[in-house]
Parts: sequence; C-alpha cells; structure tokens
Amino acid sequence: MSEFLQLAFSGLTVGAIYALIALGFTLIYNASDVINFAQGDFVMIGGMGTVFLMAAGLALPVAALIAVVAAVLVGLLLHRLAIEPARGASPVTLIMITIGASIFIKGVSQIIFDKQFHSLPAFSGDTPIPVGGATILPQSLWVMGTALALVVALYLFLEHTLVGKAVLATAANRLAAKLVGINVALVLALAFGLSAAMGALAGVVATPITLTRYDIGTLFTLKGFAAAMLGGMGNPVGAVVGGLLIGLIETFTAGYLSSTYKDAVAFLMILVVLLFMPRGLFGSRTVERV
Amino acid sequence: MDTPARLRPMLRAAAIMLATAVAGPALTSPAFAADPIKIGSVVSATGPSAFLGDPEAKTLKLYVDELNKKGGLLGRPVELVLYDDGGDANKARTFATRLVEDDKVVAMVGGTSTGATMAMIPVFEEAGIPFVSLAGGIEIIEPVRAFVFKTPHTDKTACQKIFEDMKARGITKIGMISGTDGFGKSMRNQCLKVIGQYGITVVADENYGATDSDMTPQLNKIKNTAGVEAVLNPGFGQGPAIVTRNYAQLGIKLPLYQSHGVASKSFIELAGPAAEGVRLPAPAILIGDKLAANDPQKPVVAEYKTSYEKATGQPVSTFGGYGYDGIQLVARAIESAKSADPKKIRDALEATKGYVGVTGIYTFAPADHLGLGTDSFRMLVIRNGDWAIEAPAR
Repeated sequence: MSEFLQLAFSGLTVGAIYALIALGFTLIYNASDVINFAQGDFVMIGGMGTVFLMAAGLALPVAALIAVVAAVLVGLLLHRLAIEPARGASPVTLIMITIGASIFIKGVSQIIFDKQFHSLPAFSGDTPIPVGGATILPQSLWVMGTALALVVALYLFLEHTLVGKAVLATAANRLAAKLVGINVALVLALAFGLSAAMGALAGVVATPITLTRYDIGTLFTLKGFAAAMLGGMGNPVGAVVGGLLIGLIETFTAGYLSSTYKDAVAFLMILVVLLFMPRGLFGSRTVERV
Repeated sequence: MDTPARLRPMLRAAAIMLATAVAGPALTSPAFAADPIKIGSVVSATGPSAFLGDPEAKTLKLYVDELNKKGGLLGRPVELVLYDDGGDANKARTFATRLVEDDKVVAMVGGTSTGATMAMIPVFEEAGIPFVSLAGGIEIIEPVRAFVFKTPHTDKTACQKIFEDMKARGITKIGMISGTDGFGKSMRNQCLKVIGQYGITVVADENYGATDSDMTPQLNKIKNTAGVEAVLNPGFGQGPAIVTRNYAQLGIKLPLYQSHGVASKSFIELAGPAAEGVRLPAPAILIGDKLAANDPQKPVVAEYKTSYEKATGQPVSTFGGYGYDGIQLVARAIESAKSADPKKIRDALEATKGYVGVTGIYTFAPADHLGLGTDSFRMLVIRNGDWAIEAPAR
C-alpha cells in the first residue's frame, strides 16, 4: 500500500506540472486555434528568471513576480510580433511560427542566462512529510496546490466574467464575435498573456523539483501537448485530467512494470485513446466549422 | 575605390605576390636556428562540446608557449597547428587530413569527443602519426591501435574504482539506476562487464530518461528490493542530481555512489543538502588543495591550476587537464626519442613509464594505450557541501 501511495504522490506531482502546461495550450487553442509550441518555454522563463533574479539578491516572491511578468511580456510580444502579422494564415502556419518562436526564445535565453542547470530552494523546506508509509515533499503540495488554484481561477474567469465569455465567444466563432463587437485581436493578446503567466507560474513552483535549463521547455511542451491531446484539445477539464493521467501512467509503469517502458506505455495509452476517441477524453466539440 | 572591374583580378594577384615576397623570408628565418616541430590539434572549441574543447584549446596554447619559452624541443621551436571542429565529426576528419597532408605535423593531441576521435583515427593510423585523444570512450583504445593513445579515464576505470570501494566495505549486492543517455548507457555496460571480478551482484537494475524530472518510482522499487546494500547511479547532467534528491526524499539510508560524470561543484549545488554522504570517484584536480603533502600529483596539479587560472582568468577544469597531459606526454616522448620522427615518437610514447600528470600517473604498454589504473581516481565523499577525501575503506 505504501508503495502505491508513493507512486501516486509522485505521479500526481509530475501530472500537475503537465496539467498546468496543458492548460496553457488549451487557452491559446480556444482563442485562436493555434497550438502554441512555445508554451514550455514560458515555463523555462518562469524558472530561469526566478533563479537569476534571486541570485541578484531579490526575495523569492518578488523574483517570481518579476519573472512571471517578464514571461507575460514575452507572450504578448510573441502575439504582437509573430502571430498578429500573420493573422490571415492557416492554423498550421501559425503553429509553425510558434515552433520558430520557441527556438528563438531558447537561443536568446542561452545568451541572457547561461547553459547550465539551475535549481531553486524548496519553498517550505526539504523535509519529506510521511503519509501512510510513503513520503511527499512539501514542494509537491505547492505544485498541486498551484495547479488546483489556477484551474479554479481559469474556470471562474472563462465562465463567470464578461472578458472570459468574450474569449469563449471568439473560440466558438470569430466572425460572429467580431460582429457583436468583441475586439478579437485584444482577446487573442489576452490569451497569450494569460497562458504565458500560467506557464511561468508552473515553472516557478516546479523548478525546485525538476531543475531548469534554457532548453527544458521542449520536454514540457511535448508532455503538456500529449496531456492536452489526451484530455481533448480545448477542454480545460480535459487538460487537467490528461496531465494527471499521463503523470500517473508514467510513474506506475516505472514502478510496477519497468522504467524502460515508462515513456512507451504513456504514449501507447495516448494512441489507444485517440484511436477510439479521436477528440480525446473530454473533446465534445464535434461540430466542424465551415 | 573606383578601379575598373577588369583591373581588379590583376591588382589582387599583384597584392598576393607582394605579400608573399614580404612574408616569405620572414617565415624561413625563424627565431630559432631550426625548423619548428609541428604538433597538430583538432578540438571542439565552439559548439555544444565547447565546455570541454575550450579549456583544452587554451591549455594546449598555453603549454606550447611555455615549451617555447624554455627553448622548445631538441633545440627546435614547437608550433601548434590548432583547428576547431565546432563539435562536428565530419569537419574533424577534414582537418585531420589537412594536418597530415598540408601541415605535416609529427604528432596530434586532440579529439574532444569520442565521435570526432573515431572519425579521425583512420587518417592518423594510415599516415603513421601518433594521436593522443582527449575523449573518454573506451572504444578509442580497445582494441589497441598502434598509433592511438588517450589521456582521460574511461568509465571502466570509474566502475572498477567504485567496486573496489564497495568490496572493501563488504558490499555484495547493489541496485543500479542508470541514465539512458550515451554516458549512462556506456558506463552501465562497462560496470556490468567488470562487476563479476569483485563478487558483487546487481539485484535491481533500473534506468531513467536523461530529461526525466522524477525518479522516485525507480528508487522506490530499489528500496523495496530485498538485500540491496548500496546504490550506484551512472549518469551525467541533471539526472543524478534529481536521483540524489529523490533518494533523500524516500529516506533511503544505503550508501549512494555517483559516477565521475558529476564530479563538479554544480552537482553539489543542484542536489543541495541531499548530496551529503554521496560517494564518487574523481580525478585529483578536483581536490588539488586537499591532496596529502606527499602526494606525487600535488605539485603538478597545483602548477597547472595556477598557470591556467592566471593565463585565462577562468577556473581550472578536468577537461583542460586532459589537454595538459596530452601535450606533456608528446613533449616527453619527443625528448626521449631525441627525434621528431613520428614513428620514433610513437615508440617513445608507448615506452612512457610513471609520467605524473594532472589526470593520473601514466604507464603505457603495448597492450595498454590508456596507461591509467584505478589509482588515478580518488574516492570522494560530499560533506558539508564540499568534497572530502574518503579514508581508504578497510
């Protein structure tokens, strides 16, 4: 039982990080049909930014705040300089633009930061908390708590505020949204800024566990993308469930089967799910736009 | 300049002729009385392996200058012909051909990565020019090639050192958790090859991806495997730091052995307090100031550290040390061969006995072109966030 608990804690922690990244994908996808492959790099900016600002002498909350703001700026610039000028282009073209942006961000980070791995001190110490024979790090609770808070906040924003509803309206039908007076360009910018903020926050809380380096975004992008696909691209609940599922599958495979097949089993699960439910577990929007 | 276009090639030709006329005599009238002895090098001073190749290039330049200040070799100046392959094995091969055919070097010290070294070996073997490689892979010297030597330890040496230590502590059953990157895989294979000689068996064999961020499932499995007395983690980069943290999180009290792949200060920083008590083999240069006063390597390490840090303003690294030993071995071979003939240099290199270098004490033999034993590694333990020399276990 203690082994099961240990694996579950581990899977939920990793899964919560994937879920936060998948949420970022979801937000931008909903507003623009673009899958933003620079999403993982926001996580890196959050982590690396905090590391370097703390090294410059700032306290953790201040450093984290500035790093998140910096990531939001990068997100807005990405939208303004790369996505907005190509606004008539097909989503595939836009997706390719985000891949280019991701490579660009990595290149610049190599120069601004460095090429080494860095870590942050855990927020509430390194002493593991024993639970039913297993142990959990306080930092894991931070990660899960942040994920939960952001999911709730995003849900409230989308469903219960006028701006959030404007995002949903833009996602549903851009032309109609424009006709009823929604500033579509502004909504898009908002989506990029928000998902950059979420990614950066994920980076700040995850760095004490995962460590960070200028190129760590690629890994996060891939896992987050897989999570978003599994849950159904565009569905916030799906993103969270997808992220947690992938985290849990990975750890249980490593723990009970063999660590060699860890990634293989996770991706096999995704293939199987997509084979039978092509829109993912929670993808319900089956209406094709014409 | 508004020179008519048709005149430009003629002007250029004239300029080249003029330049040759001026430079020609300067080249043939050296500061010394004789032609220079040319030593070639191809390293990855830029590109992804720059953290290895850059200190190597700086060290080679520094010590060739040093040799010349002392009057060169055999009364002749030494010229270093250095090329940068940018981490590309194809380029390395092109430069190797150029060193042999155009520059006519008598010996070669270089090859930052195992890939670049393997690409260059045929060129030097065919030309019969001694090649001292600075790369880690065991395939460079196994099987032994007549003209190929190398200075860095192999992962096999590291495995042997670790198992010697385990054996001395009476450990017979271990768990292994290896990275699946090139370094981790190669070291795992080498360790499994030699482990039988020490009467140790692997009862849990786990692995992790080089970019994984959580290794608790694998470690938990090892923790729950009956009979495990110690854990070995062959790996490179951030993986071992995360393994070390997860190890502490799970409260595993068994000794944890890391490899020489993490023998740098950044490992202690990344792993944090969890690194306390971790054991690993490391070359003497890492703990230069903590070596015993009668340690034969102490003065060599101290001299190299001072010179390198003074000349470059950067902290000394293990990798530059490989370059130091490479150039010193070749210089000694030329001196003892009393000749700059490549074949004689090769014979003198192979006859090297007890050369005290930065990396270790080298004794080559016809069947051993690495020449380092397990005594070239020191068993270290991390205490209070710093390296400490582990008292030899008995």
